[in-house]
Amino acid sequence: MEKEPASKVELSKDVAGGEIPTFDVTLKVRRYNPEVSDEAHWDEWQLTMYGTDRVLDALHKVKWEHDGSVSFRRSCAHGVCGSDAMRINGRNRLACKTLLKDLDTSKPILVEPIKGLPVEKDLIVDMEPFFQSYREIMPFLISKGHEPAKERLQSAEERDRYDDTTKCILCAACTSSCPVFWTDGQYFGPAAIVNAHRFIFDSRDDAGDMRLEILNDKEGVWRCRTTFNCSEACPRGIQVTKAISEVKQAILTRKV
Amino acid sequence: MQVHKYDVVIVGAGGAGMRAAIESGQRARTAVLTKLYPTRSHTGAAQGGMCAALANVEEDNWEWHTFDTVKGGDYLVDQDAAEVMAKEAIEAVLDLEKMGLPFNRTPEGRIDQRRFGGHTRDHGKAPVRRSCYAADRTGHMILQTLYQNCVKHNVEFYNEYYVLDLLMVDEQVIVDGETRIQKRVAGVVSYDLASGELHVFQAKSVVFASGGVGKVYKTTSNAHTLTGDGMGIAFRRGIPLEDMEFFQFHPTGLAGLGILLSEAARGEGAILRNSEGERFMERYAPTIKDLAPRDIVARSMANEVREGRGAGPNKDYVLLDLTHLEPAHIDAKLPDITEFARTYLGVEPYTEPVPVFPTAHYAMGGIPTNIEAEVLADNDTVVPGLYAAGEVACVSVHGSNRLGTNSLLDINVFGKRAGLAAAEYALTADFVEIPENPTLETEELLNRARSSEGGERVALIRKELQDIMDANVQVFRTEETLLEALRVIDTLEERYTRITVQDKGKRFNLDLLEAVELGFLLDMAKVMTAAALHRKESRGGHFREDYPERDDENFMTHSMAYKDPSATLTSGVRLETKPVIFTRYQPMERKY
Repeated sequence: MEKEPASKVELSKDVAGGEIPTFDVTLKVRRYNPEVSDEAHWDEWQLTMYGTDRVLDALHKVKWEHDGSVSFRRSCAHGVCGSDAMRINGRNRLACKTLLKDLDTSKPILVEPIKGLPVEKDLIVDMEPFFQSYREIMPFLISKGHEPAKERLQSAEERDRYDDTTKCILCAACTSSCPVFWTDGQYFGPAAIVNAHRFIFDSRDDAGDMRLEILNDKEGVWRCRTTFNCSEACPRGIQVTKAISEVKQAILTRKV
Repeated sequence: MQVHKYDVVIVGAGGAGMRAAIESGQRARTAVLTKLYPTRSHTGAAQGGMCAALANVEEDNWEWHTFDTVKGGDYLVDQDAAEVMAKEAIEAVLDLEKMGLPFNRTPEGRIDQRRFGGHTRDHGKAPVRRSCYAADRTGHMILQTLYQNCVKHNVEFYNEYYVLDLLMVDEQVIVDGETRIQKRVAGVVSYDLASGELHVFQAKSVVFASGGVGKVYKTTSNAHTLTGDGMGIAFRRGIPLEDMEFFQFHPTGLAGLGILLSEAARGEGAILRNSEGERFMERYAPTIKDLAPRDIVARSMANEVREGRGAGPNKDYVLLDLTHLEPAHIDAKLPDITEFARTYLGVEPYTEPVPVFPTAHYAMGGIPTNIEAEVLADNDTVVPGLYAAGEVACVSVHGSNRLGTNSLLDINVFGKRAGLAAAEYALTADFVEIPENPTLETEELLNRARSSEGGERVALIRKELQDIMDANVQVFRTEETLLEALRVIDTLEERYTRITVQDKGKRFNLDLLEAVELGFLLDMAKVMTAAALHRKESRGGHFREDYPERDDENFMTHSMAYKDPSATLTSGVRLETKPVIFTRYQPMERKY
């Protein structure tokens, strides 16, 4: 039997919280618009921001109060939709998950589009090559035999086996942080491998061998140089490099 | 202008749109148009689960689920629709599992289930474990699984194609010997964000699945992109909107930010406390306490704050207490929301209570449909070829207050129904000729926004709109606050004619996009406020302090809002009513 929590408790004084401080930041955004010029350049703004503000809030402040032409994708604004991956001070992050106070605000904050994908305008890149790689690994459950009347059974342990890679939001922060992907656009890239992993290690799936064969390709997992950029970049905390290693291991042993 | 031709066009690629596409795409030539990328849709932000009476962990049945849905909606639910949803819920969950959704599992390997607000055993006796879930990222898993299956079935997506108009033609039909004019679908007009070009899609069937309108409010769990476009397009084209006064405020948004913390937290045992450390829900809902439906919990929280028992420096929020739960349990069942608390508020939920306050979450109302997902042009006339499903639609399964998890269910059950019905219709119907000059209205709309040089800022008008909606059309409402809101909206609308869009380019002109979105927000705010003014009673998510009781005699009806410039007292919105469908349950007092 579960224990009922107390009807009344003494709250600690800290619970009250405090006023949210404000501070000034310099935001520098890499601008590119082929309708205007073939050359990219930097624009810079001084902004007063709040302690709970994120880089996305700073970008919105620019767009809404200073220059409406600054262009970037965003939607959910709390790190689950994957729209606003960008390079922030040289690291791939989601703008909506990066608090300004966690950056060094004594220096300008540099915001650029993610690398390795063609830039369309300002921080917007062409995502099609990224989704093309994703589609190639057959990112859907393939099961042979009869469909059960009710659900397929899967133990909690079997479910845990691929839990980490189900968290992917396809933001491309990992793939576009990978030096191999920058130099070789044919490489599947970490995100596609993560999504292959999600099915290869799912006990309900019967197409693991096919996916392993696809990733055994010369543009597959063997291009990975384990630089760990992808794991550091993942805003969902997926251990990307570990997942790639597990796929490599599975190709060698043909055991999942 | 390019013209495309498809049997079925689906507008929106969230849960409802993609669930429809999976059915339709296997039967008829289908295109899905979305102003985002499919995986960015806000279905992915849903957390807690999807209810279905699988009875995997304790006794349950779909009739109890139906009853809870009807009672949760304060008896304004169409009971035939609730019955369909609760019955088909079971298959909907099993469909998703078969498509690959990684549900959490019981020790026997079956789909695990947990408690959720308002879901009870045997007509309200005690909370029941009915919500099927994948940690606290069930919506993410549903969105991903549906997208994966769209890839599997080669569904054609037009990403970042923003639909701006619905093309319909008037047809003469003879009904009971009488000649009547009836609307019929011809297609849609969309704006390609990448190129700035207009594309016309001719289609036999059009399915609207474009989501909600949460951005009329400042404090909201909704994405920036949820601006009521689908509802607005339909409304402008003469389709009524049903029950728009009912908007759900989710009790547990992160204070000041509105980011959602799932009700699953309370389902897993978390409780709400006021500044005195009191578990105040014991006073408001003695039987199911913190697991009362959202309208009741949100109102109770707002009331605690009003009566001076709010926490924090401004005493303007309450606290969600998880500190009595095991950290391992929190990590296993609620990993994402605890991370939100850490990331955005710097609060450690293992040891500190989390500041929370109601956040605008879900539109119960929308484009009226029947249980086949066919759109209605009035109380009973179907528009042949036009369908709607998900938050954009009003079936009505949520009545005046939606139960938690029933939206993920709604999109799956009625998304599937819409996809099937749209494909079936397309297989027998002929294309309707596209009207002459199909992009005329859309071009005018865009040109007005692009060429106006009045200097008003879109972002500022939007902020003022959101401020007045938060202040005057939130949990508590009165005639006075609503009239004031309408007055402000009218002035904002006038200023909206004088905006300046700074970006003059064609390529990814998101400045223009935001201007167009604001037009829809203004329209929808007006409809919501006018409908709230019209309903002089309190029911579910709509609480009128000047009419604090439910009034079944006068208001046990759906409201139907029509665009009508002659309705000058209510800003061009005319209100009519539509009967509620009853099958099994007679209205009772709603107590928990």
